[in-house]
Amino acid sequence: MTKALEIHQLRKVYDNGFVALKGIDLSVEEGDFFALLGPNGAGKSTTLGIVSSLVNKGEGTVKVCGYDLVTEREAVKRSLGVVPQEFNFNSFEKVQDIVIQQAGYYGLKRKLAEARSETYLKQLDLWDKRDVPARMLSGGMKRRLMIARALVHEPRMLILDEPTAGVDIEIRRSMWAFLKRLNKQGTTIILTTHYLEEAESLCRNIAIIDNGEIVAQAPTKTLLKGKQRSTYVVDVRGTLTIAPELDGFSSRLLDEHSIEFDLSREQSLNEVFSQLEAKGLDVVSIRPKTNRLEELFVDLTTHSKQEAEA
Amino acid sequence: MNHPYWVAFSAIVYKEVRRFTRIWMQTLLPPAITMVLYFIIFGNLIGSRIGTMDGYDYMQFIVPGLIMMTVITNSYGNVSSSFFSNKFQKSIEELMVAPVPNWVIMLGFVVGGVARGLACGFIVTLLSLWFTDLQVHNAFVTLSVILLTAVVFSTAGLINAIFATKFDDVTIVPTFILTPLTYLGGVFYSVSLLPDFWQWVSKLNPILYMVNTFRYGIIGHSDIPVLAAYGMLLMFVALLMSWALYLLHTGRGLRS
Repeated sequence: MTKALEIHQLRKVYDNGFVALKGIDLSVEEGDFFALLGPNGAGKSTTLGIVSSLVNKGEGTVKVCGYDLVTEREAVKRSLGVVPQEFNFNSFEKVQDIVIQQAGYYGLKRKLAEARSETYLKQLDLWDKRDVPARMLSGGMKRRLMIARALVHEPRMLILDEPTAGVDIEIRRSMWAFLKRLNKQGTTIILTTHYLEEAESLCRNIAIIDNGEIVAQAPTKTLLKGKQRSTYVVDVRGTLTIAPELDGFSSRLLDEHSIEFDLSREQSLNEVFSQLEAKGLDVVSIRPKTNRLEELFVDLTTHSKQEAEA
Repeated sequence: MNHPYWVAFSAIVYKEVRRFTRIWMQTLLPPAITMVLYFIIFGNLIGSRIGTMDGYDYMQFIVPGLIMMTVITNSYGNVSSSFFSNKFQKSIEELMVAPVPNWVIMLGFVVGGVARGLACGFIVTLLSLWFTDLQVHNAFVTLSVILLTAVVFSTAGLINAIFATKFDDVTIVPTFILTPLTYLGGVFYSVSLLPDFWQWVSKLNPILYMVNTFRYGIIGHSDIPVLAAYGMLLMFVALLMSWALYLLHTGRGLRS
Protein backbone atom coordinates (compact mmCIF):
# COMPACT_ATOMS: atom_id res chain seq x y z
CA MET A 1 0.00 0.00 0.00
CA THR A 2 1.31 3.47 -0.89
CA LYS A 3 2.13 5.64 2.05
CA ALA A 4 0.34 8.96 2.15
CA LEU A 5 3.43 10.58 3.64
CA GLU A 6 6.96 9.30 3.99
CA ILE A 7 9.62 11.50 5.53
CA HIS A 8 13.15 10.23 5.85
CA GLN A 9 15.95 11.99 7.73
CA LEU A 10 14.44 15.42 7.15
CA ARG A 11 16.60 18.19 8.46
CA LYS A 12 15.97 21.91 8.35
CA VAL A 13 18.30 24.70 9.33
CA TYR A 14 16.96 28.24 8.90
CA ASP A 15 19.16 31.06 7.59
CA ASN A 16 19.66 32.36 11.14
CA GLY A 17 21.23 29.01 12.09
CA PHE A 18 18.24 27.69 14.05
CA VAL A 19 17.98 23.91 13.63
CA ALA A 20 14.23 23.31 13.36
CA LEU A 21 14.36 19.65 12.36
CA LYS A 22 17.16 17.28 13.31
CA GLY A 23 16.68 14.49 10.78
CA ILE A 24 13.15 13.25 11.46
CA ASP A 25 11.49 10.10 10.10
CA LEU A 26 7.73 10.01 9.78
CA SER A 27 5.36 7.66 8.03
CA VAL A 28 1.62 8.03 7.52
CA GLU A 29 -0.54 5.34 5.91
CA GLU A 30 -3.02 6.25 3.19
CA GLY A 31 -6.48 6.72 4.75
CA ASP A 32 -5.08 7.44 8.21
CA PHE A 33 -6.24 10.14 10.60
CA PHE A 34 -2.93 11.29 12.01
CA ALA A 35 -1.91 13.91 14.58
CA LEU A 36 1.45 15.61 14.78
CA LEU A 37 1.75 17.01 18.27
CA GLY A 38 4.38 19.06 19.98
CA PRO A 39 4.94 22.23 22.00
CA ASN A 40 5.34 25.61 20.30
CA GLY A 41 8.55 25.77 18.28
CA ALA A 42 8.96 21.97 18.26
CA GLY A 43 9.04 21.72 14.46
CA LYS A 44 5.41 20.85 13.58
CA SER A 45 4.74 23.83 11.32
CA THR A 46 8.19 23.54 9.72
CA THR A 47 7.50 19.89 8.88
CA LEU A 48 4.08 20.61 7.42
CA GLY A 49 5.42 23.76 5.74
CA ILE A 50 8.04 21.71 3.90
CA VAL A 51 5.46 19.11 2.83
CA SER A 52 3.18 21.93 1.58
CA SER A 53 5.99 23.71 -0.33
CA LEU A 54 5.70 26.78 1.90
CA VAL A 55 9.12 26.23 3.48
CA ASN A 56 12.31 25.32 1.60
CA LYS A 57 13.33 21.73 2.21
CA GLY A 58 16.66 20.93 3.83
CA GLU A 59 18.39 17.54 3.69
CA GLY A 60 16.38 14.32 3.55
CA THR A 61 13.53 13.03 1.44
CA VAL A 62 9.79 13.69 1.48
CA LYS A 63 7.26 11.64 -0.47
CA VAL A 64 3.55 12.39 -0.68
CA CYS A 65 1.31 9.61 -2.02
CA GLY A 66 4.42 8.06 -3.55
CA TYR A 67 5.57 11.26 -5.30
CA ASP A 68 8.92 12.80 -4.48
CA LEU A 69 8.70 16.40 -3.27
CA VAL A 70 11.75 17.51 -5.26
CA THR A 71 11.41 15.63 -8.55
CA GLU A 72 7.59 15.39 -8.71
CA ARG A 73 6.54 18.56 -6.93
CA GLU A 74 3.46 19.22 -9.07
CA ALA A 75 2.08 15.72 -8.43
CA VAL A 76 2.75 16.24 -4.71
CA LYS A 77 0.84 19.52 -4.78
CA ARG A 78 -2.11 17.95 -6.62
CA SER A 79 -2.30 15.25 -3.94
CA LEU A 80 -2.41 17.76 -1.10
CA GLY A 81 -4.90 20.17 0.41
CA VAL A 82 -3.48 22.61 2.92
CA VAL A 83 -5.27 24.46 5.72
CA PRO A 84 -2.71 26.70 7.40
CA GLN A 85 -2.78 28.05 10.92
CA GLU A 86 -3.16 31.70 9.93
CA PHE A 87 -5.86 33.08 7.64
CA ASN A 88 -4.22 33.43 4.24
CA PHE A 89 -6.88 34.61 1.83
CA ASN A 90 -7.63 38.01 0.40
CA SER A 91 -10.14 39.23 2.93
CA PHE A 92 -11.70 41.66 0.42
CA GLU A 93 -12.73 38.80 -1.89
CA LYS A 94 -16.10 37.12 -1.61
CA VAL A 95 -16.29 33.66 -0.04
CA GLN A 96 -17.20 31.72 -3.19
CA ASP A 97 -14.75 33.70 -5.34
CA ILE A 98 -11.91 32.62 -3.03
CA VAL A 99 -12.79 28.94 -3.48
CA ILE A 100 -13.32 29.24 -7.26
CA GLN A 101 -10.05 31.15 -7.62
CA GLN A 102 -8.16 28.38 -5.85
CA ALA A 103 -9.82 25.77 -8.08
CA GLY A 104 -8.47 27.71 -11.06
CA TYR A 105 -4.93 27.40 -9.72
CA TYR A 106 -5.41 23.64 -9.74
CA GLY A 107 -6.53 23.76 -13.38
CA LEU A 108 -10.26 23.21 -12.73
CA LYS A 109 -12.42 24.90 -15.33
CA ARG A 110 -14.94 27.50 -14.21
CA LYS A 111 -18.09 25.33 -14.35
CA LEU A 112 -16.52 22.50 -12.38
CA ALA A 113 -15.02 25.00 -9.95
CA GLU A 114 -18.45 26.56 -9.35
CA ALA A 115 -20.05 23.15 -8.76
CA ARG A 116 -17.30 22.02 -6.37
CA SER A 117 -17.34 25.30 -4.47
CA GLU A 118 -21.10 24.90 -3.98
CA THR A 119 -20.66 21.32 -2.73
CA TYR A 120 -18.02 22.17 -0.13
CA LEU A 121 -19.47 25.50 0.97
CA LYS A 122 -22.77 23.71 1.60
CA GLN A 123 -21.08 20.88 3.49
CA LEU A 124 -19.29 23.41 5.67
CA ASP A 125 -22.42 25.55 6.23
CA LEU A 126 -21.05 28.54 4.35
CA TRP A 127 -23.31 28.55 1.30
CA ASP A 128 -25.46 31.35 2.72
CA LYS A 129 -22.32 33.46 3.04
CA ARG A 130 -21.05 32.85 -0.51
CA ASP A 131 -21.43 36.48 -1.59
CA VAL A 132 -20.06 37.98 1.61
CA PRO A 133 -16.50 39.40 1.65
CA ALA A 134 -14.30 37.08 3.70
CA ARG A 135 -13.41 39.81 6.18
CA MET A 136 -17.04 39.83 7.37
CA LEU A 137 -16.90 36.19 8.51
CA SER A 138 -16.41 35.05 12.10
CA GLY A 139 -13.20 33.21 13.07
CA GLY A 140 -14.89 29.81 12.85
CA MET A 141 -16.32 30.59 9.42
CA LYS A 142 -12.92 31.71 8.17
CA ARG A 143 -11.43 28.38 9.27
CA ARG A 144 -14.20 26.50 7.47
CA LEU A 145 -13.64 28.63 4.37
CA MET A 146 -9.99 27.55 4.35
CA ILE A 147 -11.09 23.91 4.60
CA ALA A 148 -13.51 24.33 1.66
CA ARG A 149 -10.74 26.00 -0.34
CA ALA A 150 -8.30 23.20 0.45
CA LEU A 151 -10.80 20.54 -0.67
CA VAL A 152 -11.96 22.10 -3.92
CA HIS A 153 -9.50 20.02 -6.00
CA GLU A 154 -10.41 16.89 -3.97
CA PRO A 155 -6.94 15.99 -2.67
CA ARG A 156 -5.94 12.56 -1.41
CA MET A 157 -4.42 14.06 1.71
CA LEU A 158 -5.52 17.04 3.80
CA ILE A 159 -3.11 18.85 6.10
CA LEU A 160 -4.62 20.99 8.85
CA ASP A 161 -2.44 23.15 11.06
CA GLU A 162 -4.39 23.96 14.23
CA PRO A 163 -7.78 23.78 12.46
CA THR A 164 -9.89 24.48 15.53
CA ALA A 165 -7.78 27.17 17.19
CA GLY A 166 -10.06 29.91 18.50
CA VAL A 167 -13.23 28.09 17.44
CA ASP A 168 -16.13 27.66 19.89
CA ILE A 169 -17.05 24.19 21.14
CA GLU A 170 -20.16 23.75 18.99
CA ILE A 171 -18.39 24.60 15.75
CA ARG A 172 -15.35 22.57 16.81
CA ARG A 173 -17.53 19.50 17.21
CA SER A 174 -19.22 20.05 13.86
CA MET A 175 -15.78 20.38 12.25
CA TRP A 176 -14.70 17.11 13.89
CA ALA A 177 -17.79 15.39 12.49
CA PHE A 178 -17.02 16.78 9.03
CA LEU A 179 -13.39 15.66 9.18
CA LYS A 180 -14.41 12.18 10.37
CA ARG A 181 -16.80 11.87 7.41
CA LEU A 182 -14.11 13.04 5.03
CA ASN A 183 -11.65 10.53 6.44
CA LYS A 184 -14.22 7.73 6.13
CA GLN A 185 -14.54 8.60 2.43
CA GLY A 186 -10.82 7.86 2.07
CA THR A 187 -9.03 11.19 2.51
CA THR A 188 -5.90 10.94 4.62
CA ILE A 189 -5.90 13.63 7.28
CA ILE A 190 -2.90 14.99 9.13
CA LEU A 191 -3.47 17.62 11.76
CA THR A 192 -1.60 19.50 14.39
CA THR A 193 -3.51 20.69 17.41
CA HIS A 194 -3.07 22.01 20.90
CA TYR A 195 -6.35 20.40 21.97
CA LEU A 196 -5.07 16.97 22.91
CA GLU A 197 -8.63 15.81 23.49
CA GLU A 198 -9.12 16.48 19.77
CA ALA A 199 -6.17 14.29 18.79
CA GLU A 200 -7.23 11.53 21.20
CA SER A 201 -10.79 11.38 19.92
CA LEU A 202 -10.08 11.84 16.19
CA CYS A 203 -6.71 10.35 15.37
CA ARG A 204 -5.77 6.71 15.00
CA ASN A 205 -2.06 7.44 14.98
CA ILE A 206 0.02 10.07 16.68
CA ALA A 207 3.56 11.39 16.47
CA ILE A 208 4.99 13.69 19.08
CA ILE A 209 7.73 16.04 18.00
CA ASP A 210 9.87 18.01 20.37
CA ASN A 211 12.93 20.10 19.86
CA GLY A 212 13.15 19.05 16.18
CA GLU A 213 12.99 15.31 16.92
CA ILE A 214 10.20 12.74 16.86
CA VAL A 215 10.00 11.48 20.44
CA ALA A 216 7.11 9.06 19.90
CA GLN A 217 5.14 7.66 16.99
CA ALA A 218 2.54 4.93 17.41
CA PRO A 219 -1.18 4.20 17.30
CA THR A 220 -3.00 6.41 19.78
CA LYS A 221 -4.21 3.40 21.79
CA THR A 222 -0.70 1.92 22.05
CA LEU A 223 0.73 5.21 23.19
CA LEU A 224 -1.88 5.57 25.88
CA LYS A 225 -1.46 1.96 27.01
CA GLY A 226 2.26 2.58 27.41
CA LYS A 227 1.62 5.40 29.80
CA GLN A 228 3.32 4.51 33.09
CA ARG A 229 1.36 6.69 35.47
CA SER A 230 -1.90 8.64 35.68
CA THR A 231 -3.11 11.24 38.13
CA TYR A 232 -6.67 11.14 39.48
CA VAL A 233 -8.68 13.60 41.55
CA VAL A 234 -11.05 12.27 44.20
CA ASP A 235 -13.82 14.33 45.80
CA VAL A 236 -14.87 13.15 49.26
CA ARG A 237 -17.76 13.92 51.56
CA GLY A 238 -16.68 15.74 54.70
CA THR A 239 -13.80 18.10 55.34
CA LEU A 240 -10.11 17.32 54.96
CA THR A 241 -7.28 19.24 56.59
CA ILE A 242 -4.40 17.08 55.41
CA ALA A 243 -4.03 14.54 52.61
CA PRO A 244 -4.79 11.03 53.89
CA GLU A 245 -1.80 8.72 53.82
CA LEU A 246 -2.42 5.98 51.29
CA ASP A 247 -0.13 2.98 51.35
CA GLY A 248 1.74 2.69 48.05
CA PHE A 249 0.26 5.89 46.59
CA SER A 250 1.47 9.42 46.61
CA SER A 251 -1.46 11.69 47.49
CA ARG A 252 -1.80 15.47 47.80
CA LEU A 253 -4.48 17.70 49.26
CA LEU A 254 -6.10 19.99 46.70
CA ASP A 255 -8.77 21.61 48.88
CA GLU A 256 -10.86 20.62 51.88
CA HIS A 257 -12.94 18.20 49.80
CA SER A 258 -10.45 16.93 47.21
CA ILE A 259 -7.21 15.03 46.97
CA GLU A 260 -5.16 13.89 44.03
CA PHE A 261 -3.02 10.77 43.78
CA ASP A 262 -0.79 9.03 41.24
CA LEU A 263 -1.63 5.58 39.96
CA SER A 264 0.92 3.39 38.22
CA ARG A 265 -0.01 0.79 35.57
CA GLU A 266 0.40 -2.05 38.10
CA GLN A 267 -1.91 -0.49 40.65
CA SER A 268 -5.71 -0.60 40.79
CA LEU A 269 -8.27 2.05 41.66
CA ASN A 270 -9.96 -0.52 43.91
CA GLU A 271 -6.95 -0.36 46.24
CA VAL A 272 -7.42 3.38 46.59
CA PHE A 273 -11.13 3.04 47.28
CA SER A 274 -10.47 0.33 49.92
CA GLN A 275 -7.91 2.47 51.73
CA LEU A 276 -10.12 5.56 51.64
CA GLU A 277 -13.05 3.54 52.93
CA ALA A 278 -10.90 2.12 55.73
CA LYS A 279 -10.08 5.69 56.72
CA GLY A 280 -13.79 6.49 56.86
CA LEU A 281 -13.78 8.69 53.78
CA ASP A 282 -16.81 8.60 51.51
CA VAL A 283 -15.87 9.00 47.83
CA VAL A 284 -18.31 11.23 45.94
CA SER A 285 -16.60 11.30 42.55
CA ILE A 286 -13.35 10.49 40.79
CA ARG A 287 -11.89 11.82 37.54
CA PRO A 288 -8.57 11.87 35.68
CA LYS A 289 -6.72 15.08 36.52
CA THR A 290 -5.93 15.84 32.86
CA ASN A 291 -6.56 14.30 29.52
CA ARG A 292 -4.54 11.07 29.30
CA LEU A 293 -2.81 12.15 26.13
CA GLU A 294 -1.96 15.46 27.70
CA GLU A 295 -0.13 13.67 30.52
CA LEU A 296 1.76 11.52 28.06
CA PHE A 297 2.60 14.57 26.00
CA VAL A 298 3.98 16.40 29.03
CA ASP A 299 5.94 13.28 30.11
CA LEU A 300 7.54 12.85 26.70
CA THR A 301 8.33 16.47 25.96
CA THR A 302 9.69 17.09 29.46
CA HIS A 303 11.86 13.99 29.18
CA SER A 304 13.17 15.13 25.80
CA LYS A 305 13.96 18.59 27.20
CA GLN A 306 15.85 17.09 30.13
CA GLU A 307 17.89 14.92 27.76
CA ALA A 308 18.69 17.93 25.59
CA GLU A 309 19.83 19.92 28.62
CA ALA A 310 21.96 17.03 29.86
CA MET B 1 -7.85 25.70 -23.96
CA ASN B 2 -8.13 23.07 -21.23
CA HIS B 3 -4.51 22.76 -20.15
CA PRO B 4 -4.24 23.24 -16.37
CA TYR B 5 -1.47 25.82 -16.82
CA TRP B 6 -3.70 27.86 -19.13
CA VAL B 7 -6.58 27.66 -16.63
CA ALA B 8 -4.24 28.71 -13.79
CA PHE B 9 -2.80 31.56 -15.89
CA SER B 10 -6.31 32.77 -16.78
CA ALA B 11 -7.31 32.59 -13.10
CA ILE B 12 -4.38 34.82 -12.08
CA VAL B 13 -5.03 37.33 -14.87
CA TYR B 14 -8.77 37.37 -14.12
CA LYS B 15 -8.07 38.05 -10.45
CA GLU B 16 -5.59 40.82 -11.28
CA VAL B 17 -7.90 42.55 -13.76
CA ARG B 18 -10.85 42.24 -11.39
CA ARG B 19 -8.73 43.79 -8.63
CA PHE B 20 -7.80 46.96 -10.50
CA THR B 21 -11.25 47.38 -12.07
CA ARG B 22 -12.93 46.92 -8.67
CA ILE B 23 -10.85 49.76 -7.24
CA TRP B 24 -11.01 51.92 -10.40
CA MET B 25 -11.15 55.10 -8.31
CA GLN B 26 -7.61 54.32 -7.14
CA THR B 27 -6.28 52.81 -10.36
CA LEU B 28 -7.95 54.15 -13.52
CA LEU B 29 -9.22 57.57 -12.49
CA PRO B 30 -6.07 59.22 -11.02
CA PRO B 31 -3.91 58.90 -14.18
CA ALA B 32 -6.78 60.32 -16.23
CA ILE B 33 -7.05 63.38 -13.98
CA THR B 34 -3.27 63.86 -13.76
CA MET B 35 -2.81 63.68 -17.51
CA VAL B 36 -5.67 66.06 -18.25
CA LEU B 37 -3.89 68.55 -15.98
CA TYR B 38 -0.62 67.95 -17.86
CA PHE B 39 -2.41 68.52 -21.18
CA ILE B 40 -3.96 71.75 -19.95
CA ILE B 41 -0.95 73.20 -18.12
CA PHE B 42 2.02 71.97 -20.14
CA GLY B 43 0.31 71.44 -23.46
CA ASN B 44 -2.07 74.37 -23.70
CA LEU B 45 -0.91 77.09 -21.31
CA ILE B 46 2.90 76.71 -21.34
CA GLY B 47 3.04 74.89 -24.68
CA SER B 48 1.44 77.78 -26.53
CA ARG B 49 4.40 79.94 -25.44
CA ILE B 50 7.00 77.31 -26.30
CA GLY B 51 5.76 76.96 -29.87
CA THR B 52 7.26 73.94 -31.62
CA MET B 53 9.67 71.18 -30.58
CA ASP B 54 11.74 69.61 -33.37
CA GLY B 55 9.21 71.06 -35.81
CA TYR B 56 6.14 69.64 -34.06
CA ASP B 57 3.44 71.45 -32.15
CA TYR B 58 4.41 71.14 -28.43
CA MET B 59 1.15 69.42 -27.48
CA GLN B 60 1.70 66.88 -30.28
CA PHE B 61 5.25 66.37 -29.06
CA ILE B 62 4.43 65.67 -25.40
CA VAL B 63 1.29 63.51 -25.82
CA PRO B 64 3.19 60.31 -26.77
CA GLY B 65 5.56 60.84 -23.83
CA LEU B 66 2.69 61.36 -21.40
CA ILE B 67 0.89 58.24 -22.63
CA MET B 68 4.12 56.28 -22.19
CA MET B 69 4.63 57.76 -18.71
CA THR B 70 1.13 56.59 -17.76
CA VAL B 71 1.78 53.08 -19.04
CA ILE B 72 5.13 52.84 -17.23
CA THR B 73 3.91 54.00 -13.82
CA ASN B 74 0.68 51.99 -13.90
CA SER B 75 2.21 48.73 -15.13
CA TYR B 76 4.89 48.96 -12.47
CA GLY B 77 2.55 50.09 -9.70
CA ASN B 78 -0.04 47.42 -10.40
CA VAL B 79 2.27 44.46 -10.06
CA SER B 80 4.38 45.84 -7.22
CA SER B 81 1.35 46.69 -5.07
CA SER B 82 -0.72 43.63 -5.96
CA PHE B 83 2.05 41.08 -5.46
CA PHE B 84 3.21 42.73 -2.25
CA SER B 85 -0.37 42.80 -0.92
CA ASN B 86 -0.57 39.08 -1.67
CA LYS B 87 2.62 38.58 0.31
CA PHE B 88 1.44 40.82 3.14
CA GLN B 89 -1.93 39.04 3.48
CA LYS B 90 -0.20 35.69 2.91
CA SER B 91 -2.67 34.93 0.11
CA ILE B 92 0.37 34.29 -2.08
CA GLU B 93 0.42 30.92 -0.27
CA GLU B 94 -2.69 29.99 -2.28
CA LEU B 95 -0.44 29.97 -5.34
CA MET B 96 2.59 28.45 -3.62
CA VAL B 97 0.72 25.32 -2.51
CA ALA B 98 -0.94 24.89 -5.92
CA PRO B 99 0.70 23.09 -8.88
CA VAL B 100 1.36 26.33 -10.74
CA PRO B 101 4.85 26.66 -12.25
CA ASN B 102 6.77 29.83 -11.45
CA TRP B 103 6.69 30.98 -15.07
CA VAL B 104 2.88 30.86 -15.03
CA ILE B 105 2.79 32.90 -11.79
CA MET B 106 5.19 35.44 -13.30
CA LEU B 107 3.29 35.72 -16.59
CA GLY B 108 -0.05 35.97 -14.79
CA PHE B 109 1.05 38.95 -12.71
CA VAL B 110 2.92 40.57 -15.62
CA VAL B 111 -0.11 40.32 -17.90
CA GLY B 112 -2.24 41.81 -15.10
CA GLY B 113 0.19 44.75 -14.94
CA VAL B 114 0.23 45.10 -18.72
CA ALA B 115 -3.59 45.13 -18.74
CA ARG B 116 -3.72 48.01 -16.27
CA GLY B 117 -0.90 49.89 -18.01
CA LEU B 118 -2.62 49.61 -21.38
CA ALA B 119 -6.06 50.40 -19.94
CA CYS B 120 -4.70 53.62 -18.40
CA GLY B 121 -2.75 54.37 -21.61
CA PHE B 122 -5.93 53.92 -23.65
CA ILE B 123 -7.93 56.25 -21.36
CA VAL B 124 -5.20 58.93 -21.57
CA THR B 125 -5.03 58.52 -25.35
CA LEU B 126 -8.78 59.07 -25.63
CA LEU B 127 -8.55 62.16 -23.41
CA SER B 128 -5.64 63.55 -25.45
CA LEU B 129 -7.94 63.62 -28.49
CA TRP B 130 -9.70 66.60 -26.87
CA PHE B 131 -6.43 68.51 -27.01
CA THR B 132 -4.68 67.41 -30.20
CA ASP B 133 -5.22 65.54 -33.40
CA LEU B 134 -3.31 62.26 -33.00
CA GLN B 135 -2.12 60.62 -36.22
CA VAL B 136 -0.57 57.17 -35.97
CA HIS B 137 2.54 57.18 -38.16
CA ASN B 138 3.37 53.47 -37.67
CA ALA B 139 0.79 51.29 -35.90
CA PHE B 140 3.12 48.31 -35.50
CA VAL B 141 5.84 50.35 -33.79
CA THR B 142 3.27 52.16 -31.63
CA LEU B 143 1.62 48.98 -30.37
CA SER B 144 4.70 46.80 -30.07
CA VAL B 145 6.73 49.40 -28.16
CA ILE B 146 3.98 50.19 -25.70
CA LEU B 147 3.37 46.48 -25.14
CA LEU B 148 7.06 45.70 -24.60
CA THR B 149 7.44 48.68 -22.28
CA ALA B 150 4.46 47.54 -20.22
CA VAL B 151 5.99 44.05 -20.00
CA VAL B 152 9.38 45.46 -18.89
CA PHE B 153 7.88 47.61 -16.11
CA SER B 154 5.39 45.00 -14.95
CA THR B 155 8.26 42.54 -14.55
CA ALA B 156 10.34 45.17 -12.76
CA GLY B 157 7.39 45.81 -10.43
CA LEU B 158 7.22 42.10 -9.66
CA ILE B 159 10.92 42.01 -8.75
CA ASN B 160 10.44 45.06 -6.52
CA ALA B 161 7.54 43.33 -4.73
CA ILE B 162 9.52 40.11 -4.25
CA PHE B 163 12.28 42.02 -2.45
CA ALA B 164 9.90 44.32 -0.54
CA THR B 165 9.40 43.60 3.13
CA LYS B 166 7.19 46.60 3.95
CA PHE B 167 4.86 48.94 2.06
CA ASP B 168 7.53 51.68 1.96
CA ASP B 169 9.69 49.38 -0.15
CA VAL B 170 7.22 49.37 -3.01
CA THR B 171 7.14 53.16 -3.19
CA ILE B 172 10.90 53.81 -3.02
CA VAL B 173 11.72 52.72 -6.58
CA PRO B 174 8.85 54.61 -8.28
CA THR B 175 9.57 57.77 -6.28
CA PHE B 176 13.35 57.89 -6.38
CA ILE B 177 14.20 56.07 -9.62
CA LEU B 178 11.24 55.74 -11.97
CA THR B 179 9.86 59.28 -11.74
CA PRO B 180 13.23 61.06 -12.27
CA LEU B 181 14.13 58.73 -15.15
CA THR B 182 10.74 59.33 -16.77
CA TYR B 183 10.95 63.11 -16.45
CA LEU B 184 14.52 63.03 -17.81
CA GLY B 185 13.52 60.55 -20.52
CA GLY B 186 12.51 63.09 -23.14
CA VAL B 187 8.82 63.27 -22.26
CA PHE B 188 8.79 67.10 -22.24
CA TYR B 189 11.80 67.97 -24.43
CA SER B 190 13.98 66.75 -27.23
CA VAL B 191 17.41 65.58 -26.05
CA SER B 192 18.87 67.40 -29.06
CA LEU B 193 18.37 70.59 -27.01
CA LEU B 194 20.91 69.38 -24.43
CA PRO B 195 24.69 69.92 -24.54
CA ASP B 196 26.63 66.94 -25.96
CA PHE B 197 27.67 65.59 -22.54
CA TRP B 198 24.08 65.57 -21.18
CA GLN B 199 22.86 64.06 -24.44
CA TRP B 200 25.34 61.22 -23.85
CA VAL B 201 24.20 60.85 -20.23
CA SER B 202 20.55 60.86 -21.32
CA LYS B 203 21.23 57.97 -23.67
CA LEU B 204 22.01 55.80 -20.65
CA ASN B 205 18.39 56.22 -19.58
CA PRO B 206 16.32 53.30 -20.98
CA ILE B 207 13.09 55.29 -20.70
CA LEU B 208 14.42 57.76 -23.30
CA TYR B 209 14.43 54.91 -25.86
CA MET B 210 10.91 53.83 -25.03
CA VAL B 211 9.46 57.34 -25.13
CA ASN B 212 11.20 58.24 -28.38
CA THR B 213 10.28 55.01 -30.14
CA PHE B 214 6.65 55.41 -29.11
CA ARG B 215 6.78 59.02 -30.31
CA TYR B 216 8.20 57.73 -33.59
CA GLY B 217 5.22 55.36 -33.91
CA ILE B 218 2.78 58.25 -33.48
CA ILE B 219 4.35 61.35 -35.05
CA GLY B 220 7.25 59.77 -36.95
CA HIS B 221 10.02 61.53 -35.01
CA SER B 222 12.65 60.04 -32.69
CA ASP B 223 15.91 61.29 -31.14
CA ILE B 224 17.38 57.79 -31.14
CA PRO B 225 17.52 54.85 -33.60
CA VAL B 226 14.31 52.81 -33.38
CA LEU B 227 16.08 49.47 -33.85
CA ALA B 228 18.38 50.18 -30.90
CA ALA B 229 15.28 50.74 -28.78
CA TYR B 230 13.84 47.36 -29.78
CA GLY B 231 17.15 45.66 -28.99
CA MET B 232 17.25 47.28 -25.58
CA LEU B 233 13.62 46.51 -24.81
CA LEU B 234 14.01 42.84 -25.73
CA MET B 235 17.19 42.63 -23.68
CA PHE B 236 15.39 44.11 -20.65
CA VAL B 237 12.47 41.70 -21.08
CA ALA B 238 14.87 38.72 -21.16
CA LEU B 239 17.02 39.94 -18.25
CA LEU B 240 14.18 40.95 -15.94
CA MET B 241 12.10 37.84 -16.62
CA SER B 242 15.10 35.59 -15.98
CA TRP B 243 15.78 37.43 -12.74
CA ALA B 244 12.14 37.24 -11.62
CA LEU B 245 12.02 33.51 -12.40
CA TYR B 246 15.22 32.93 -10.48
CA LEU B 247 13.82 34.79 -7.46
CA LEU B 248 10.56 32.83 -7.56
CA HIS B 249 12.50 29.59 -7.91
CA THR B 250 14.65 30.30 -4.86
CA GLY B 251 11.59 31.49 -2.93
CA ARG B 252 13.21 34.82 -2.12
CA GLY B 253 10.92 36.77 0.21
CA LEU B 254 8.35 33.98 0.01
CA ARG B 255 9.79 30.83 1.56
CA SER B 256 12.22 30.61 4.48
